[in-house]
Amino acid sequence: MSTDAQDSGMQVASHFESADQQRFAATLGVWVFLATEVLFFGPLFFGYLYGRTHFPDAFAEASRHTDVVLGSVNTALLLTSSVSMVIAIQARKLDNHQLARTLLWVTALLGLAFLIIKGSEYHSEWQERLFPGKGFAFSDPDLRSGVEYFFVVYFVMTGLHSVHLIIGITMTVIAALSLQQRWHKVSKERMELLGLYWHFIDVVWIFLYPILYLVGRNSS
Amino acid sequence: MTQADQQTQPQAPVEVSPKNYLNEGYSLRSWLTTHDHKRIALLYMFSITFFFFIGGAAATLIRMELATPEADLVNHTTYNKLFTAHGVIMVWLFLIPSIPSTLGNFLMPMMIGARDLAFPRMNLASWYVYMIGGVFTLAALVLGGVDTGWTFYTPFSSMYSNTNVILVLVGVIIIGFSSIMTGLNFIVTVHTMRAPGMTWFRLPLFVWANYATSVILVLATPVLTMTVLLVIVERVFQVGIFDPALGGDPILFQHLFWFYSHPAVYIMVLPAMGVASEIIPCFARKRIFGYRFMAYAILAISILGFLVWGHHMFVSGQSVYASMVFSILSFLVAIPSAIKVFNWTATLYKGSITFDAPMLYILGFVGLFTLGGMTGLIVASLALDVHLTDTYFVVSHFHYIMVGGSVMAYLGGVHFWWPKITGRMYPEIWGRIAALMVFFGFNLTFFPQYLLGYGGMPRRYHTYPPEFQLLNILSSAGASILAIGYLLPLGYLTWSLFYGKRAGDNPWKATGLEWQTRSPPPKENFDHIPVVTREAYDYSSPNESGADR
Repeated sequence: MSTDAQDSGMQVASHFESADQQRFAATLGVWVFLATEVLFFGPLFFGYLYGRTHFPDAFAEASRHTDVVLGSVNTALLLTSSVSMVIAIQARKLDNHQLARTLLWVTALLGLAFLIIKGSEYHSEWQERLFPGKGFAFSDPDLRSGVEYFFVVYFVMTGLHSVHLIIGITMTVIAALSLQQRWHKVSKERMELLGLYWHFIDVVWIFLYPILYLVGRNSS
Repeated sequence: MTQADQQTQPQAPVEVSPKNYLNEGYSLRSWLTTHDHKRIALLYMFSITFFFFIGGAAATLIRMELATPEADLVNHTTYNKLFTAHGVIMVWLFLIPSIPSTLGNFLMPMMIGARDLAFPRMNLASWYVYMIGGVFTLAALVLGGVDTGWTFYTPFSSMYSNTNVILVLVGVIIIGFSSIMTGLNFIVTVHTMRAPGMTWFRLPLFVWANYATSVILVLATPVLTMTVLLVIVERVFQVGIFDPALGGDPILFQHLFWFYSHPAVYIMVLPAMGVASEIIPCFARKRIFGYRFMAYAILAISILGFLVWGHHMFVSGQSVYASMVFSILSFLVAIPSAIKVFNWTATLYKGSITFDAPMLYILGFVGLFTLGGMTGLIVASLALDVHLTDTYFVVSHFHYIMVGGSVMAYLGGVHFWWPKITGRMYPEIWGRIAALMVFFGFNLTFFPQYLLGYGGMPRRYHTYPPEFQLLNILSSAGASILAIGYLLPLGYLTWSLFYGKRAGDNPWKATGLEWQTRSPPPKENFDHIPVVTREAYDYSSPNESGADR
């Protein structure tokens, strides 16, 4: 058991009986955390559902003001980053630290690119006065309050997603730095758990992309 | 630990205190940086006791004001701030962490035969996060208070109230993170840290109850976090989410708020049921009746608890069909709750009952919980609830559950495990006096409130028509008895820390792994990790574990 633990670069804390027990605890811990995260986004999806059923026309109109090209590019970037994360984890398992490190950097850079594009979308939406609140302006008075509600939901959802992504990028960069040749400090288990979190961020976006950019876009 | 081991193990001499978790280090630093679940439990215990008496002080002022029909002690603004402070502090800073974070934290690892929780550092972090949230809440009080009520109903909280709402909301969010950390830690611990032989259906029901509570903590709390965050967004950016004037919907807020806050009631009462299920078999000297049904009932309550939130909104304008469904689902909660009460009663039947202080508290708990639960059915009925909404009937109903239920069980548990926690006995006679005073004072405080509510007295007003005065005076008189009942344990438990007689490892001759180790337990809980070969609550067997020590 102990040799196994040394191989993976993991140390067993004194209150655990074995490396297996510690591994089980850490993995289950991250899954329970992700369950919490799903419920954390829950009210936003509920609020979105409320708006979609109460202001269908305004929501369709509002979704036409999102940038579907940039949104699609971003979806592609994030899905690709999950691929590089998976391969990085496999590389770490095979003790190919060089490849694992490179792929972690690729993952982080793809995440960063997502944030930059998202930022440029926010910028143009700000200029079009679509940011809710005092500065909000919309030509059609009938749809105004529904469109503003859409953009409240849009900014809170994508904003919180971006916060999660920033945390994910930070942890990925730390993992990449810790995998410097002489350290090899990131255990295989840690890599797996980092991957779970990264894929969760990806999955959230897979739900956000269709409901914010696609649904109702081509309705008349 | 096998039975043979116990019998051969010599009893430690009284004069020499062996290494235990309390004498590992005496410095403040050793407490504030500890990873030991037992010490963290005590940090929580000091903190929630502190907040309990602050929240209690607010309640005292409320009851003093209500002794007369006129506004003679405080004006309406101050009164609003008082009941808000009372609610916020008691719900989030006392009741939610009360049993799980103190007794649960202390006992769960020992009950399942583990050295600690799965994530000791996160356990300590949860206490710090809790304290930071508490500081935010207290800061709002010091800076002038908040007048929204603990429910923060919009649009008043988001648009009209000009008090420190954001500060308290941030406090609530932060405390929520602490709840989530505790819940996550418990879930992982029960799944991964059980001793050899400790199967799921050998777990003490206290562990089952805290496990189910943790599931609620982990799944419901984030919804509150996000909802409260949206109130802050609405207030800061002046955008319509919940304010109808800006295109939002206040009912949306109520749905989201009660999606957390109804399950939160079960966060408060499930661990109390767990405590009762430990104490009743011990003082009836009988195996608990229907163990598996008790465990399933706990799970059923925690699942059904997620599906009944709409019964808080019968008069809010939600669809009447939704109300009917929520009403039926609320009635269903009565089934597992009744299973528990019947099984406790069946456990007492033909038992060899002794009436030590923990048992007195718990017998009080069963009675008060039953009355609180029965009145819950009354307010879950659609037509009756229209009359009773926002009256003192509702106030009394949930106090029977939260104070008569949770606080009684918490105190019973503190007395029951006090010898294990401190190694000393509390003075039994004082314990019994306090238990009876709490029971009597509680009923005198809150039973008149059922009558007041039925008579039509609304909650959250500082004045009332003179015909309600007699019942209000009875209630205020009861509150003063209740206050003494709560202050007494503070005194004699502190006294017993220094002068109480040594308890020995198992003064109640109870089953359960926590009683097989020393009192106070060593830092690692057990000298050897025990191997479990018996069912829980094996009181009927002639060779009771630990009984002859």
